[in-house]
Amino acid sequence: MRRLSLVAGIAALGLALAGCGGDDSDNSAGDTGGNSGSGTEASGDVEVFTWWTEGGEKAGLDGLVKVFGEKYPNLKFVNGAVAGGAGSNAKAVLASRLQTQDPPDTFQGHAGGELSDYIKAGQLEDLSDLYQSEGWSDVFPKTLIDAITYEGKIYSVPSNVHRANVVWANPSVLEKAGIDPAAEPPASIADWITQLDKVKASGVETPLSIATDWTQVQLLETVLISDLKADAYKGLWTGDTKWDSAEVTTALNDYAKLMSYTNSNRSSLDWPDAANMVRDGKAAYNVMGDWVAANWQGEKLEEGTDYIYFPVPGSQGTFDFLSDSFTLPVGAKNPEGAKDWLRVVGSAEGQKAFNTVKGSIPARTDASAADYPTYQQSAIKDFSTDTIVPSLAHGAAASISWLNDITSAVGKFGTSKFDSGAVSELQSGLTQAASNNLQS
Amino acid sequence: MRHIGIRKWGPGLLVMIPSIVVIAVFVYGLIGWTVNTSLTDRTTALPADGYVGLENFTNLFQDDRFIHSLKNLGILTVVFIVGTMVLGFLWALLLERGFKGEGIFRSIYLFPMAVSFIASGVVWRWLLNSAQGDEAGGLNKLFDSLHLGFLQNPWWNDPDWGMAAMAIPAIWQLSGYVMALFLAGFRGIPGELREAARVDGASEFQMYRHVIFPQLSPVALSALIIVGHMSMKMFDLIMAVSGAQYLTEVPAVYLWTTLLGSNYAKACAIAVILLVVVAIVVVPYLISNARAEKRR
Repeated sequence: MRRLSLVAGIAALGLALAGCGGDDSDNSAGDTGGNSGSGTEASGDVEVFTWWTEGGEKAGLDGLVKVFGEKYPNLKFVNGAVAGGAGSNAKAVLASRLQTQDPPDTFQGHAGGELSDYIKAGQLEDLSDLYQSEGWSDVFPKTLIDAITYEGKIYSVPSNVHRANVVWANPSVLEKAGIDPAAEPPASIADWITQLDKVKASGVETPLSIATDWTQVQLLETVLISDLKADAYKGLWTGDTKWDSAEVTTALNDYAKLMSYTNSNRSSLDWPDAANMVRDGKAAYNVMGDWVAANWQGEKLEEGTDYIYFPVPGSQGTFDFLSDSFTLPVGAKNPEGAKDWLRVVGSAEGQKAFNTVKGSIPARTDASAADYPTYQQSAIKDFSTDTIVPSLAHGAAASISWLNDITSAVGKFGTSKFDSGAVSELQSGLTQAASNNLQS
Repeated sequence: MRHIGIRKWGPGLLVMIPSIVVIAVFVYGLIGWTVNTSLTDRTTALPADGYVGLENFTNLFQDDRFIHSLKNLGILTVVFIVGTMVLGFLWALLLERGFKGEGIFRSIYLFPMAVSFIASGVVWRWLLNSAQGDEAGGLNKLFDSLHLGFLQNPWWNDPDWGMAAMAIPAIWQLSGYVMALFLAGFRGIPGELREAARVDGASEFQMYRHVIFPQLSPVALSALIIVGHMSMKMFDLIMAVSGAQYLTEVPAVYLWTTLLGSNYAKACAIAVILLVVVAIVVVPYLISNARAEKRR
C-alpha cells in the first residue's frame, strides 16, 4: 500500500509532463476530434473548420455562409470553429483530427508556407483542377498564384488578403519635426533613417514604435524586402539567397539601426499598443499590417489628418501579402460539397461578402474597389499592380517551425544592445534556422 | 485458507483496478510513448523514419535557446522558492505567536492561492508594466506618485534578471500556502515540549531555535518540494504575463512552441528532460518518506 502511494505520487507528477504525448497520440485524438463533427452525417453537410468565432472575422464568415446558402441550397453549412489562442487551439485540434483520418470537409489555414507541413504529410488534395475550371488562374494575380503554389500544385483557395509592409505615421508629430506629411514619403531605408533622426531631435522619445517578438519579425521582413528587393527576398525561402550573404548583413544592419529608435518596453506590448502610440502622438511611425486601418476606421479616425500610411521605404511596388485560405483535406467526407464551399470562397460574390466586413481586401483583381473604404481602395490598386511576396511573420513564407526559429533569434536580438556583435549573432541564428528547416 | 486470502485483498484490488488501469495507460503509457518519440527523428508532421538515439537531447544541450530557457527557469525557481519559503515561514511564525485576528490574516494570506495563475497573471501583467516616468503604469506608477521614483524598474523586461520579477506573482500566490503548511507544523508540536523547555529555563529564542524549528524540518522539506516542482513546470503564469517570447522563455514554453511547429521529437525530448529534472528532486523525497512511514 505504501509502495503504491509512492508510485501514485510519481504518477501524478508525470501526468502534467505527459502532455506532449497526449497531443498527437491516437488515444487522445478521438476525444478532441469527436465533439465538432459526427461520423454519420448526411451527404448534404459541409463541415467548415476555422478559428473565426468573433468580431469582423465571424461577421466575414457569416457573410460567406449566406452566399453559400443562396448558391447551394441543398448543402448544409456545419460550423466546426474552435475558439481561442489566435488559432493555436484550432491547429492542435486539427492536427489530431487529421492524424486519426477524421478531417473536416475544409479547414482554414494561412496560405503559403504554413500549409507545407500538411502538404508534405499528404493531408491535402491538389486543387489545381478547380483553379482551371473556375478560371481563378486569370483573376488571382500571377505572383499570388506563384506564392501559394507548392511543387507545381495549388492546395488552397485564398479568401482574403492583408498587406504587411505598411508604415503608419502621425502627421502632427511629423510636422513638429519639420517633415511635411503631405510630401512624398521616404524612398529608401536610408532616407527614412534621416527622418527618424529628425523626429528624435524634435524631442520624441520613440520615433518608431514596436511591440513583442512577432512584430519585430514583421519589421525585419519588411527591411529584408526593402534592401534585397522582391526576387532575392523570395529566394531566402527557397535557398537561392544565402542568409549569410553580405546583402543580408546590410539589411540586418539597417534593421539594427531601426530598432535603436524603438521603445524599450517592447516586450510588454502587443501590436495594438504599438500602433496606438502613433495614434496618440507618442511615436511617429509604426510598421504593421493593414488591419490597423480597420481598427482606426472603427474608431472614426480621419485618414490624412489623424494618420497617414505608405509602403515601408524601399519596398514601394512590392506587396507583402498574407492571406487566409481554405483547403480540401484528403479523406473529407463530402469532398464535392467542400469544393462547392471553395467555389464560393473564390467567387467574386463570396470575396465581397467576406472582405467588406473583415477589413481586408479580396484576392481577386476583378473586385470593384468602390465597395471598400479608402485605405482598402489603395491596397486593392496596389495588389493588382505590385509584385506580390509572401509574409514571413504571418505564415505565408515559411513553415511554422522555421518561423519559430526565426522568431526566437529575432526575440533574442530584441533584448540586445543592437551592436555589431548582436547583428552577427542574429545573422548566424537566421542562417542556422534556414539550414535546419530548408533540408527537411 | 486460500479463499480467506482472496476475501481479504480481493475487494480492495477490485476497487483499485480502475485507477491502476487509468494510470498505467494515461500516465506511464504516455510517458513511455513520449520517451519513445523523443528518440526518433519525428521532427515534422510526417511519421518518423527511424530512431536517432540521443541526438535530440545532445542537440538541445548545444542549443543556445534551450540553455537560455534553463537559465530563466533557474532564476525563476531560486527566487520563487526563497521568496515563498521566507515569507511563508515568517507569516506562520507571526501567526503562531497568537495575536488577535489570526483567522482573518490566515484567510487573507491564503486567498491568493485560490486564484488561477492565468487570472492573476493578467493582473500582474499590468502591475509589472515596464514603462517608466510619464508613461508608467502599474507598480512603477505607484512608485512614481509616492515619490519613490528610484524604485521604478523594467521588471521582467530586463534581459538579465527579469525572471526574478516574474517570480513575484508566484510568490504572492503561494506564500500563503507555505504559511499554512508551517502553521500546521507549529500546531503539531505538543505543548508539553514547550513547557518542558521553559521549565528547563530556556529563553523564548532558545526554545524556538532548539525545540520548535528542528521539528519543522519535514514540513519545510515538503514545502520545498511542492513549491519547487511547481516552479519547474511553470507555464501558465508566464503565458499570461508575457506570452510566449524569447525574453521569458522557460522549457515548458519552449516545448509548447516546438509542438506547434510540429517538431514532435524535439518537444518530447524537452518534456523528458523536464520530467527527469523534477524526478531528481521528487523521487528521493518520496523514497525517504516511504521509508520513514515504514519505520513508524
